[in-house]
Amino acid sequence: MADDSLWTIFINASLVNNFVLAYFLGICPFLGVSAKLETASRMGGAVTFVMLVSSICAFGIQTLLVAIDAPYLKLIAFIAVIASTVQLVEMFIKKVSPALFRSLGIFLPLITTNCAILGLALFQTNKGYSFVQCIVYALGAGAGFTLALVLMAGLREKLEMAEVPDVTKGTAMALMIAGLLSVTFMGFGGLGG
Amino acid sequence: MASSKSGTDEFIKGLWNENPVFVQVLGMCPVLAVSNTAMNALAMGLATAFVLVMSNIVVSSLRNFIPKQVRIATYILIIATFVTVVDYVIQAVSLDLYKALGAFISLIVVNCLILGRAEAFASKNTVARSTMDGLGMGIGFAFALFCLGAVREILGNGALFGAQLFHDSFEKWVVMILPSGGFFTLAAWLLLFNWLKQRKAKKEETAALALQKEVA
Repeated sequence: MADDSLWTIFINASLVNNFVLAYFLGICPFLGVSAKLETASRMGGAVTFVMLVSSICAFGIQTLLVAIDAPYLKLIAFIAVIASTVQLVEMFIKKVSPALFRSLGIFLPLITTNCAILGLALFQTNKGYSFVQCIVYALGAGAGFTLALVLMAGLREKLEMAEVPDVTKGTAMALMIAGLLSVTFMGFGGLGG
Repeated sequence: MASSKSGTDEFIKGLWNENPVFVQVLGMCPVLAVSNTAMNALAMGLATAFVLVMSNIVVSSLRNFIPKQVRIATYILIIATFVTVVDYVIQAVSLDLYKALGAFISLIVVNCLILGRAEAFASKNTVARSTMDGLGMGIGFAFALFCLGAVREILGNGALFGAQLFHDSFEKWVVMILPSGGFFTLAAWLLLFNWLKQRKAKKEETAALALQKEVA
């Protein structure tokens, strides 16, 4: 796997094995913040950024853990680093651009418990990607997450107008739409290998 | 939390009234990802239940020592420790199962159900009550996962726990094993729960109306 070309990795992470619709990672924000198109795209941007930073950190940690021969610390080290990265990003954005900070609001701290981030860190170490491959993988995963979130938000905004039976309102309906989206994304199977 | 509630009540509520998956819709990622067969679903459910009970016990016994500012980080470290244990145990017991569940064992760390119970319940209650709460929620979670896994395996493979149920002529619903099947099955279960809830509400309404008429 480790000798995949960069383009293949990107297509794979964003379309073929979309993190949300094929791996079921980050379902909580996917269902939680996909009600409006605008918040969905902002959330996607924030997640992509954190993915990129934590992917780079995870690569460093993995190299270090292999060097000191302590693989059992992997999980604890990853989650600690992701939590502090999110904290750091939060402080950085607050300092540099208060406007952006206000518009992201509660979504920033919540990224810590987004399993897509930890999943990305684990997958990239399992696959044994190199540093550049890790960065491309993180960008692809982030793009895929944003794409799924934006598509979902668009569908749900349309659905506001439609009349549906009382029983299907809420999460059940959101899950059905997600199922259909997932079927659609299966059409990408085989692309890029 | 009403302190008059007994341990059994804490246990029962996780199974049905506050079922983590069907009612609270928490911890969705593993629910959808590893429920493609009944066996995987059950194993994942039990692993999560174990981590939930252990982290509830540790968090509730340390609740007076953990400073408020760093509590979330502390909880995550406690949870991550137990998940690492589970990860190595499963690897030692059954390598096939370990391969089938893959990274999702490690991802128990970020299951919002566990962190949610630590924050909402274990940090405020005694060890005994938190244990009961963890057991109830954990078994409720495992039960829900099993419900999903069983439906998906029966429809998608025509089998349960790997044993064939139908004649060869049974047309398999391949879509149920694929990711989209997870969404559809969970949606169907939620529909069932919504319908039951609505029916109950309606019954109570008509009963109240009848009572009013009688009084009049």
